[in-house]
Amino acid sequence: MAEKLKVATCSLAGCFGCHMSLLDIDERLLELLEVVQFDRSPINDLKHISQPVDLGLIEGGVCNAENVHTLREFRSMCKILVAVGECGITGGIPSMRNSFTLKECLDESYIRGMGVEFAHIPDDPEIPLLLNRVRPLHHIVKIDHFLPGCPPSADAIWYFLTELLAGRDPSLPRELIRYD
Amino acid sequence: MSQTFFLDGQEIPFEEGQTVLQAAMAAGRYIPHLCYRPQLEPHSSCRICTVIISGKPFSSCTQPAMKEQQVECDTAELNALRRAVIQMMFVEGNHYCPSCEESGSCRLQASAYYLGMQDSHFPHQFPLRQRDSSHPDVNMDRDRCIRCETCVRASRDLDGKNVFGILGRGLNSKISVNSPSGLLEGSDVAATDMAVALCPTGCLTVKGVGFKVPIGLRIFDQAPIDVVELLEFTKQEAVHG
Repeated sequence: MAEKLKVATCSLAGCFGCHMSLLDIDERLLELLEVVQFDRSPINDLKHISQPVDLGLIEGGVCNAENVHTLREFRSMCKILVAVGECGITGGIPSMRNSFTLKECLDESYIRGMGVEFAHIPDDPEIPLLLNRVRPLHHIVKIDHFLPGCPPSADAIWYFLTELLAGRDPSLPRELIRYD
Repeated sequence: MSQTFFLDGQEIPFEEGQTVLQAAMAAGRYIPHLCYRPQLEPHSSCRICTVIISGKPFSSCTQPAMKEQQVECDTAELNALRRAVIQMMFVEGNHYCPSCEESGSCRLQASAYYLGMQDSHFPHQFPLRQRDSSHPDVNMDRDRCIRCETCVRASRDLDGKNVFGILGRGLNSKISVNSPSGLLEGSDVAATDMAVALCPTGCLTVKGVGFKVPIGLRIFDQAPIDVVELLEFTKQEAVHG
């Protein structure tokens, strides 16, 4: 039997909706697992990519320093890197904070927010520093393919993966392209 | 007998005074476009309807149809150019499709689907634009404006009101409102205005009805934009000839 293709996935500034949609391919997951093996992914809770992999799927945009670090690790370890979902491709909902300054956002949440007690902006060194602006993945590293949708439907994910794994161009047919 | 020209090799009849786009649409051939609306004078600003005639690019919405013209339209190169123009519209504004109440009814989004846009390609600019929720019935979210001037033309030519104008140039241009405060409140705009109805994106919307039709059941959820636009064009022709 041919060696399985290695796949890593992660969510940066996203909501894990794209991962939920990946699980939503239902019994086709079994078919997928015949040909791929998951490396780092929230599905198996591995925290780092253990070896160079064939395919990286990233959901979410980039909102803090840790996101940048993780994205660069994925780029250096993945032969093919895919931006999955609106946040990865455009910055998405998290990037709506770009209309405000970071200070305005933090003040709204931690100082003036409704029901806030002991108002102060969290500054524990373990909390990754926020970037001034939320950015889509292609602002930081080279992205090889884009799989749009919020989230991409299970059918769009299945179509994309099967075409890509078969070595074909995984561009979606018109009826599977959605941004909402 | 009407004269004809050739669109990607297909013979298209036309009447004197028709543009390439009008004749093509009348013959059932969709040419992607955003600023052109059958109710309004052509404007030629979005450049999505660009075609090649004798090796040169022209806006088909303003280019008069001429006898035996050879027009290239549905080619890989032109569709790539149209897609790039749409991508620029996306990155120049703030188009958050997942949270937009116009998603599924938006002509910018539907055109992007039609042209197979899967990424933004260019860096997003995240511009700071002024929103206007001052009016009780009409909302204006300039984040979603593509400056096609449909509202300017519709307000002036269809509503007879002159509510909207355009200020500034290029990237810094923005829709202005004809009222003492510069806000929609105090202007002559009404929720029933064609200027609001014809806005191709979610920039001008009527308040209180945003989710009356659920996402998934909206016009471009049910049919792609080429089908919808051809149908609308035929209807408009039947009404006004």
